Amino acid sequence: MSGTFVGMPAFPKAAHEAVGNQTLRANLRHATHTIRAKRANAVAEVSDWAELREAGKRIKDHTLRHLDRYLVQLEESVTAAGGIVHWAADADEANRIVAGLVKETGESEVVKVKSMATQEIGLNEALEAEGIRAYETDLAELIVQLGKDRPSHILVPAIHRNRGEIREIFAREMSEWGRPAPEGLTDTPAELADAARLHLREKFLRAKVGVSGANFMVAETGTLVVVESEGNGRMCLTLPETLISVVGIEKIVPTWRDLEVFLQTLPRSSTAERMNPYTSTWTGTTDGDGPRTFHLVLLDNGRTDTLADEVGRQALRCIRCSACLNVCPVYERAGGHAYGSVYPGPIGAILSPQLRGTGSEIDASLPYASSLCGACYEVCPVAIDIPEVLVHLRERVVQGGPVTREGNKVVLKPAKGHGAERAAMRAARWAFSRPGALRAGQRLASRTRRLHPRTLPGPGKAWSASRDLPALPAEPFRDWWQRTNGGTGDEGTAK
Amino acid sequence: MSSRERILGRVRRALADVPQDDPGYEDAVARDYLREHGSRSTEETVALLAENLADYRAVVHRCAADELASVLARLLAERKAAAVLVPPGLDEAWLAETDVARVPDRAESGAHELDRVDSVVTACAVAVAETGTIVLDGGPDQGRRRITLVPDHHICVVRVPEQVVSSVPQALERLDPGRPLTWISGPSATSDIELDRVEGVHGPRTLEVILVG
Repeated sequence: MSGTFVGMPAFPKAAHEAVGNQTLRANLRHATHTIRAKRANAVAEVSDWAELREAGKRIKDHTLRHLDRYLVQLEESVTAAGGIVHWAADADEANRIVAGLVKETGESEVVKVKSMATQEIGLNEALEAEGIRAYETDLAELIVQLGKDRPSHILVPAIHRNRGEIREIFAREMSEWGRPAPEGLTDTPAELADAARLHLREKFLRAKVGVSGANFMVAETGTLVVVESEGNGRMCLTLPETLISVVGIEKIVPTWRDLEVFLQTLPRSSTAERMNPYTSTWTGTTDGDGPRTFHLVLLDNGRTDTLADEVGRQALRCIRCSACLNVCPVYERAGGHAYGSVYPGPIGAILSPQLRGTGSEIDASLPYASSLCGACYEVCPVAIDIPEVLVHLRERVVQGGPVTREGNKVVLKPAKGHGAERAAMRAARWAFSRPGALRAGQRLASRTRRLHPRTLPGPGKAWSASRDLPALPAEPFRDWWQRTNGGTGDEGTAK
Repeated sequence: MSSRERILGRVRRALADVPQDDPGYEDAVARDYLREHGSRSTEETVALLAENLADYRAVVHRCAADELASVLARLLAERKAAAVLVPPGLDEAWLAETDVARVPDRAESGAHELDRVDSVVTACAVAVAETGTIVLDGGPDQGRRRITLVPDHHICVVRVPEQVVSSVPQALERLDPGRPLTWISGPSATSDIELDRVEGVHGPRTLEVILVG
């Protein structure tokens, strides 16, 4: 994934710092609670939500289970419609393909519609290294790009910025990138949006190359779908002469009809609307309308490795609605940057360590960035059991075992830093299989309970830093049971 | 080995656990969801479309077929439009009562030319009542996708009740995936700044829908 996040500290450290930022916490709380409440209303409006959710889950599962067939079918139908299909095994290859295609046009700038896939591969940085400037055109992405910042939410990438900060960024940075911000710009959202409109319009009107992702690709017809609100997507998809779409291979649905499910569940789950303001669909190229050349870059970059994991593959059902972020108590306090990936929140905690592997410190820590409360599973419109995958990945981090990396089966070593946990588990296994030893240990613990420290020493320190140690009873349950005959004896009789 | 072969090979190895007799598409996907939500008369469906369009801040007008030309003339006058973009197949009678200068949608007209136009008038392919959506399919009376995008004011004419369906599933059935489609629900909007909804960033800031019939 993107080099942007190299050197990111592990989640607990990043989260600890973020939690101390009062402005960030206030912005996040306001945003997540607002979207959460709106979404619940939008979902309550449709009586068949459970059935739509089940259908979406099954369509995606079926597609993933036969992905080879649908990929080949998609390639055929896109080609038949006049598009050109490229395959990219990893981020470097995708970036090389896109940079090469832009150079062929002779252009040195591109306009981009917000895309998670191109952020994931670090396309903007790769293009810049080739002398090509990529302009983000979604308002929030523009704020992030001008602020030399990173997105922190899937749907509202600048959720961590308030209007005052945005005004300051526009006033300071817009002139570096093109049309400067108007004199005397205030911080009202309408004025800020207007400044963005003027700034970006000059780029749209001269753009020769557009770069996009896609929300869905229809295997049967070769149709691509982009769902958006502002119209920057429509600008990038229709004004340039060349359109390059970089899309993860998991974004396929088999048939045109399948869109009837996702065009109902995605808007309600993400922006809490009956329908988002704009949806564009295109099938190859159309004479006289829109780009004359259309390239589709199909991106693997860890997706086939994720597919190889029978428990973890359900993460590939994700339609990037971000509902799980807005209900997550951990995301609400830690914010998106702490996750160290373009996919923050609960879905990021299971997607990133699968796409990238759990080799780095941040990726090994992500399966722990959760309280396992299950709210993310409840809201997921394609029913991804995020807690199940989190626990599965924790097990993999601690115990190691066979995984697929870049298409090859490898055996993962247990992660460092979990030695104490493994030792504790081994000790527990030993004690639980020896009743005498367990009883003696429990008695000893009870009798010395006044002497116990409030936090654990040594390797247990990290564990007790964020938890209270359980209080020990004065008498072990087993002793009480024996003494009172399970509550029917003289002492301790249930009243 | 090409990347195509490499990726397809990885996919096949990753799916080694999927049995040969895994259910086919028809059997794997349950479609227990509704074709439309609730039951409405035709008139109620049109009323719901109007309500949902307005909820998303489109300006909705209703008129009889013989009033359309005067309504269009009035809306363009109120907007003080000096030039109006006209798709090649738009019914000429629609603009019979206005003398605002017509700008034809020509393939060679660039984006800058479109940017100087005040308003655009189009028909639509289908409208979805439950979501308050109009869908354009690039037909002759709707023109290329860009003409409803660059000008700041879009007037869209919906023939009721024949162009109105209740739901998204019903709309998809009527549409041809081979054509480029634009689904529009209210004018362009953003909620990127502290989640305050602001109409119009890049698309037309004003959408007026005339329900005719």
